[in-house]
Amino acid sequence: MSLIEITEVRKSFGANEVLKGINLDVEPGEVIAIIGKSGSGKSTLLRCINGLENIDSGSISVAGAQLQPDEIHLKALRLKVGMIFQQFNLFPHLTAGGNVMLSQMVVKKTAKPEAEAMAHKMLERVGLAHKFDAYPDELSGGQQQRVAIARALAMQPIALLCDEITSALDPELVSEVLAVVRELAAEGMTLLMVTHEMKFARDVCSRVVFMHQGRAHEIGPPDAVFSNPKTPELKQFLGML
Amino acid sequence: MKYVFDFAWLGQYWPVLLKGIGITIELIAVGAVLGVALGIFCAWARALGPGWLRPAITAYVELIRNTPFLIQLFFIFFGLPSLGLQMSELQAANLAMIVNLGAYSCEIIRAGIQATPRGQFEAGASLAMSPIQTFRYVILVPSLQRIWPALSSQIVIVMLGSAVVSQIAAEDLTFAANFIQSRTFRAFEAYFVSTAIYLLLAIALRQVLAAAGLLIFPRRMRR
Amino acid sequence: MIEFSLWDILRNLLLATRWTVLLSLVAFIGGGLVGTLLLFMRIGKRRALRLFARYYVELFQGTPLLMQLFLAFFGLGLFGIDVPAWLAAAVALILWTAAFLAEIWRGCVEAIARGQWEASSSLGMGYVQQMRYVILPQALRIAIPPTVGFSVQVIKATALTSIIGFVELSKAGTMVTNATFQPFTVYGLVALIYFALCWPLSKSSQILERKLNVAHRNH
Ligand SMILES: Nc1ncnc2c1ncn2[C@@H]1O[C@H](COP(=O)(O)OP(=O)(O)OP(=O)(O)O)[C@@H](O)[C@H]1O
Ligand SMILES: [Mg+2]
Repeated sequence: MSLIEITEVRKSFGANEVLKGINLDVEPGEVIAIIGKSGSGKSTLLRCINGLENIDSGSISVAGAQLQPDEIHLKALRLKVGMIFQQFNLFPHLTAGGNVMLSQMVVKKTAKPEAEAMAHKMLERVGLAHKFDAYPDELSGGQQQRVAIARALAMQPIALLCDEITSALDPELVSEVLAVVRELAAEGMTLLMVTHEMKFARDVCSRVVFMHQGRAHEIGPPDAVFSNPKTPELKQFLGML
Repeated sequence: MKYVFDFAWLGQYWPVLLKGIGITIELIAVGAVLGVALGIFCAWARALGPGWLRPAITAYVELIRNTPFLIQLFFIFFGLPSLGLQMSELQAANLAMIVNLGAYSCEIIRAGIQATPRGQFEAGASLAMSPIQTFRYVILVPSLQRIWPALSSQIVIVMLGSAVVSQIAAEDLTFAANFIQSRTFRAFEAYFVSTAIYLLLAIALRQVLAAAGLLIFPRRMRR
Repeated sequence: MIEFSLWDILRNLLLATRWTVLLSLVAFIGGGLVGTLLLFMRIGKRRALRLFARYYVELFQGTPLLMQLFLAFFGLGLFGIDVPAWLAAAVALILWTAAFLAEIWRGCVEAIARGQWEASSSLGMGYVQQMRYVILPQALRIAIPPTVGFSVQVIKATALTSIIGFVELSKAGTMVTNATFQPFTVYGLVALIYFALCWPLSKSSQILERKLNVAHRNH
């Protein structure tokens, strides 16, 4: 059984069918890059997996738990899958440490000392232990995104969804975030990431999914996808035509 | 004009004024805390709450915002007892102020909630927080911070509006002024002094609210 | 003892509503005129006038309207005139309304001026010309929704004049209550009449505001 099983998932916004039957199984420890043109449905797919959008048909399960739109199922799912956003979405009224501690205390009812210890550990892991007491607006974009990663990790998810997490960053800050992701991948974290960093995808990912017009148009190991694309759409996307 | 101003009565009646000031402060303290609490609840219900609750909240807010406080006060104090809801003058005054501020602050706070970037809700959700938890721990404080100046002004307005509770014989500052003028026949002086006190109270209240803002929101807002 | 039907009550209240409406109009129009004067002092070049307008607004916004009514009532009395309640009510409400309108309008002028000032002074216009041709026409547009919105506050404020003895809707409510001993019904009806006067204005203000916002976005 795969860790994440996505079967025939369809999603429309009004008359606009954005996902037209997606199938994808992710094994534990896999790192999957999702690439594709703007509007092809990459974000929507990730948001569906995290229950931020309701799917119209098909099924999604994570570690055997079915995605269902009620609060109890959503909570169970989100405890297993963390999400990191393009715009960081840190909580502006809390310090870096506070951001990482909040959901542990609120959702898992972890006692404050433990949550604090965990926050220190996770910030350490992303190289920001010294910024525990800094507020988001005192941090650079790269640092904010690393705090967001620490915040997701503190919930001890079995998989992470990353939606263009370096796209809002100044170019010189991209590498510090990617380095953290690379490390996570090496430690065996299951990752699903929408990215435009092709070199990174090639180096780190086990598989690449090319999305086109709401379908998983081509799936394969990075070498095959990047060096030997089969469909004209992917060739065009990669600038080979 | 031959009128000679006479403030000699102050020597005898200052304790009366002091008591009135105390009650006015008490009224606004209770009214502000509970009124804003009610406003937070209503703002949540109207912006994010269950569908069946929203029309009821909307009706309440519109009704209060489009009728005079004096009539709300009379309705509560004179009208409600016929439903078996008897209360003292001060309780009625408190209730009227809470209900009034609740409606106004609902609209102000709702604007703050609606200005919240969508990503904040989504970040809360993706961390497995329930919608209520997300509201309580993620959305509420920055929303309040956004609208704190407007909310503060409204609280000052309600404090000044509380002068009319003297009309149901709640013994506030205006009641004290009425009492003094009926004893001394120095109406203009009595109201002049109490007006000045209200002005000072308003200035002080603004300061207190600004300080409270600094205490509750230790950080300046981003952007 | 006389029996009062609901219709008797309502008729009496509606008759008194005329005075609420009339007083609101007087306060709003008079307040608008005095408010305009204050506005020009407030945004003008003369420091003394600016300060005067500023403290005027602060004073009237920082004290209870009820106190202003009392002071008008007893203060005018000091001149030896026997002041009728309607006169004190009208004077106090006009001065009070003026303070709020001046402040609302100043906000509008400043919102426009911030962006337009440099543009128009670089065209070589003088202060008065800039005001007349550039700032005020635009400020007028954005001032309409909050001004309409404030008219609701004026109508509600007239209720306080009942306390100095002017017979309008609220006072009639008290009088009818004393005659009928039906406070729940009477004050309920009074509230509904105020609501019927105020709500359409509140809604119009909101709709105007929304239209204006849309128009601004389409620029
Ligand atoms: N909440 C929404 N309501 C309506 N339409 C939406 C919504 N979210 C996304 N869409 C539409 O769905 C389509 C796919 O959007 P999505 O954000 O998934 O694309 P994407 O592949 O992530 O693109 P990008 O690379 O620009 O982020 C787009 O046409 C978009 O306009
Ligand atoms: Mg996207």
